Amino acid sequence: MTQVTNASSILFRDDEAGLLLELQDGVAMLTFDQPNSPLNTLGTRAAEAFAEMFDVVERSSEVNALVIVSDKQDTWIAGADIEELSRISTPLEGEELSRMGQQLLSRLASMQKPSVAAIHGAALGGGLETALACTHRIATDSPKTIFALPEVQLGLIPGAGGTQRLPRLIGVQAALDMILTGRNVRARKALKLGIVDELVHPSILVAVARQRARQLADGQPLDIKRRSRDAKQLASEILLDDNALGRRIVFKKARESVLGKTRGHYPAPLAAIEVVQRGYEDGFDAGLADEARRFGDLAVSPITRELVYLFFATTALKKDTGLAEGDDTAPLSVRKVGVLGAGFMGAGIASVAVQAGTLVRMKDSSTQRIASGWQAVHHVLSAREKRGSITPAQLNDMMSLLGTTVDYRGFADADLVIEAVFEDLAVKQQVMLEVTAVAPEAIFASNTSTIPIEEIAAASARPDYVVGMHFFSPVHRMPLLEVIVAPATSSRTVATAVQYGKKLGKTVIVVKDGAGFYVNRILSPYLNESGYLLAEGAPVDLIDKALANFGFPVGPLTLLDEVGLDIAAKSGPIMAAAYGERMERASALQRVIDSGRLGRKSKSGFYKYDGSGKRTGVDENIYKLLPMGNRGAAIHETEIQRRTVFAMLNEAVRCLEEGVIRSPRDGDVGAVFGIGFPAFLGGPFRYLDTLGATAAVRQLDDLNASHPGRFEPSPLLRRMAENGDQFHVSSTRSSHT
Amino acid sequence: MPTFGNGRRVAIIAGVRTPFARSGTVLRDYTAIELGKIAVAELVQRSEIDGADVDSLVFGTVVQSVIAPNIAREISLLPHFPRTLQAFSVGRACASANQAITDAADQIALGHSHMAIAGGAESLSQVPILHSRGMSDVLVAAAKARSTTKRLATLAKLRPRDLVPITPAIAEPSTGETMGQSAEKMAKLNDISREAQDRFALRSHKLAWAGTDDSRLTSEIALVPEKPNAEQMLSRDNGVRENSSYEQLAALKPVFDRDYGTVTAGNSSPLTDGAAAVLLMSEERARELGMIPLAFIRSYAYSAVDPAEQLLQAPVIAAPIALERAGLSLRDIDLIEMHEAFAAQVLSNIQGLASKSWARRAGFDKPTGEVDMSRLNVMGGSLAIGHPFGATGARILTTLCNELARRHKQFGMLTVCAAGGMGHAMIVERE
Repeated sequence: MTQVTNASSILFRDDEAGLLLELQDGVAMLTFDQPNSPLNTLGTRAAEAFAEMFDVVERSSEVNALVIVSDKQDTWIAGADIEELSRISTPLEGEELSRMGQQLLSRLASMQKPSVAAIHGAALGGGLETALACTHRIATDSPKTIFALPEVQLGLIPGAGGTQRLPRLIGVQAALDMILTGRNVRARKALKLGIVDELVHPSILVAVARQRARQLADGQPLDIKRRSRDAKQLASEILLDDNALGRRIVFKKARESVLGKTRGHYPAPLAAIEVVQRGYEDGFDAGLADEARRFGDLAVSPITRELVYLFFATTALKKDTGLAEGDDTAPLSVRKVGVLGAGFMGAGIASVAVQAGTLVRMKDSSTQRIASGWQAVHHVLSAREKRGSITPAQLNDMMSLLGTTVDYRGFADADLVIEAVFEDLAVKQQVMLEVTAVAPEAIFASNTSTIPIEEIAAASARPDYVVGMHFFSPVHRMPLLEVIVAPATSSRTVATAVQYGKKLGKTVIVVKDGAGFYVNRILSPYLNESGYLLAEGAPVDLIDKALANFGFPVGPLTLLDEVGLDIAAKSGPIMAAAYGERMERASALQRVIDSGRLGRKSKSGFYKYDGSGKRTGVDENIYKLLPMGNRGAAIHETEIQRRTVFAMLNEAVRCLEEGVIRSPRDGDVGAVFGIGFPAFLGGPFRYLDTLGATAAVRQLDDLNASHPGRFEPSPLLRRMAENGDQFHVSSTRSSHT
Repeated sequence: MPTFGNGRRVAIIAGVRTPFARSGTVLRDYTAIELGKIAVAELVQRSEIDGADVDSLVFGTVVQSVIAPNIAREISLLPHFPRTLQAFSVGRACASANQAITDAADQIALGHSHMAIAGGAESLSQVPILHSRGMSDVLVAAAKARSTTKRLATLAKLRPRDLVPITPAIAEPSTGETMGQSAEKMAKLNDISREAQDRFALRSHKLAWAGTDDSRLTSEIALVPEKPNAEQMLSRDNGVRENSSYEQLAALKPVFDRDYGTVTAGNSSPLTDGAAAVLLMSEERARELGMIPLAFIRSYAYSAVDPAEQLLQAPVIAAPIALERAGLSLRDIDLIEMHEAFAAQVLSNIQGLASKSWARRAGFDKPTGEVDMSRLNVMGGSLAIGHPFGATGARILTTLCNELARRHKQFGMLTVCAAGGMGHAMIVERE
């Protein structure tokens, strides 16, 4: 950290922070290249260095203007250092951190000399806030260049002036959309919204930025042709953004929408709305003060703690090879993947595979089935194209990677074949043998949700090539993949399935073979318990509402309708056979299944559906199938939650105890991303740590007393209660256990 | 024994095509480029090669896209290949795919290429319709105008007659004769009766139906989603008639000479959309990769006649030259695939091959020989299956090689007639 005083053009350098300030023709070029990191992040250390740079820029009479560039490939500045955020222990500490960022950027914004942000790559969170504080913003017209304020995804709000500068720059509606969703905005959209002033080709970014800086310093007009906004956007801005009454409507609507989506479980979006509104009502500085205060509160909230934990857990899984420690077997690269079955799952798998650039060979028994599979893939991709996430040319390229066939021609050079055929052991073994005959070297992955892989592999002459790849439906949206390892599965097969799963954009957990694997196994007693509640007279909609209020995306009976009761019918006996009494199918569920209802797909389940498939309310006829109808004893919402959730938690601990999952981390991630276990609770194991093993055992014992056989606490949980142990090393932050 | 390539043999590994569909029907929403991409993408997948090993791609088309004139390059930009795969487009009217195949084969024979994809595509549903000269002049001037007022002033010069578009016709630019008129003339010159033509057309449909029914023909076909919503995957040609009868064909009115003509829609090949492609390799590359070739190219020849004379008779000259280059005679040929533009043309070609005077024009003393009908177009031909101009050559080569393999026969010959009075013949052999 030495100021360079010799004749060199270097004004200042801080190698530890990765900042270099050079003088070029009256313009100070600030290059950010954080050492030993693929990204530039804004930690305290970097912020200090920035502050010193700004000092130099302001003091030096040779410097007329500042340009900020990044030397990283794909990022400009990726935002705050999450590691550092997770160390905040008091609200005051958080507030101070926020104030420090605010002050740094206010200083940049109020500098006498103009500043230009020359942006190539991601400008996220604090990165975007830095850009917003500059006088002028130039971005590259590259798919790598994206803008976002993703703080809400970690339970936070932007803390360095973003809640104040962004709405003033692009209007309240557009700013709230970005702040409340955290969504990525691409370069072209950013120009349209007014986040950036101009787009250029990456090769001229620095030159143009320098030229703009000089022009600004000389007081020359920049003469940029503003794109005319479309009339609809303009009208909405004038009506809603530019007057106090309109804005109040916007804030009210935003609040309603957030409450509808979060059911009040996530305070950050509401805090963000409040802070933006404060800035409009009481001025920029009041807004900043509120921003810092709310940031501080949120930074130490349990919700942020859990969301940050999940962030670290998924980041760690991205680096996980899926193999045991010390096993460094290299995965095979997958150039061509065979998909057996063009049904909903098969097409879903094909849709993510072609997006990953893999050649896909999709086989089914009839051209009619293939047509519907082709349609399904096209549907997924054209939705992406309509959203602007891919270009029409990319859409065509991806579709061209999808080859279809009714025979096994074109399978011999497949590296991996994933079956998504009918959920039946004999059928799965049959197609496995067919694949082996044409492609003896291909890894065979089953997308079964319940059948143990070992049983399928029993028919194979090369069981080491057989693995489970359990995708969740709809495949293109569900982020989780369970890779299931049978006793004979080889390391190379596991490593390949894990690596390819990651290439498909999935978070992958490696799970030991066994009925239901992990996700469906812990789901099973939870769903079953909702059946017992139903039998005792709890109404369908109340059960679902109770669990939605708990934080699940949908309740268990809605889930059964969506998944299909026929699927549940198949898995029930398998689970009961494997795990005995506690998974015996609730007779109420059995009766509903036996009534022939299939759920949404047959437009008849626990709920009614109209001709177009829209749900129209509970099907009252359900109650005729139940002993108590809907007139049983009133069951309180918290009791509904307690019974269903504890059934799930207890089963999750059994999975850990039996080595079905490798760690509580995997169990948390699997439940959150596979089932929608409330993220703000961090997952079953984090939630158990929050509750405490002793309290959990007490609840289970209590439940087991009134419902014998279903709630016997797992031995591990009992031991932990006795020893006062926790699943996670530290309840505040731990990514590995 | 002289063979093509001076000892460096060119192997035909596989061929794939889209279904052939009468234009304006199920493939009408596909451009030729899209059809070509489908055939080539499926060829890569089905033949189980790595697209990175392909080193050249040659494609033919007749009615070119104005927007993307190098169809081959567009296809080579499929994600199946590295962007460095070079590609060029060729044109030899209805023998364009053949030209693509022989150009690719030449490069392999020279040692410049080891794995090539060649073929052709045509959409006669999506032909470019041209503006009139007056309209073009005004539009060009308007595009150059510097202000809106000037632009409007330029547009005001348009006259109603300028609005009539120009549609391309299948006519010879040199003679003004349409293809059908030429076929009609050949029927008269060679004394090909209406009945003979209709019987031959019927034969084409019956044999093509048999090949469709037992899937020998359909096994060449890539599944194509019917646009716009992929309600079904198209898997067969839609021009082949199961229940065609002689009486139906005989009842059709002549199209090109209403009074004394014999050429009807029933004994002519229909305007068709479709694409076809073949995979070629040097013999050594095929061996390295453990690929079993369907057949090898033994020889080929191109020829031409005066378009004003018998426009579609040039295969009669190409065939004996190709046979001579192969060191074979017509008797040695186990299967013949003769492109069927018109029944009158096929029957004229057969007559010509047996004729001494046509042999002399090719430079031979003796006639090429009598065509054994049991070896000719054993699964029908373009009359039934259809004829997407740029694609037919690759379709015929694929069908010929597959059927030779199925029958365990050694030698095959294909001939194609083309606009401009041109002809092509190729001899293939199996080991």
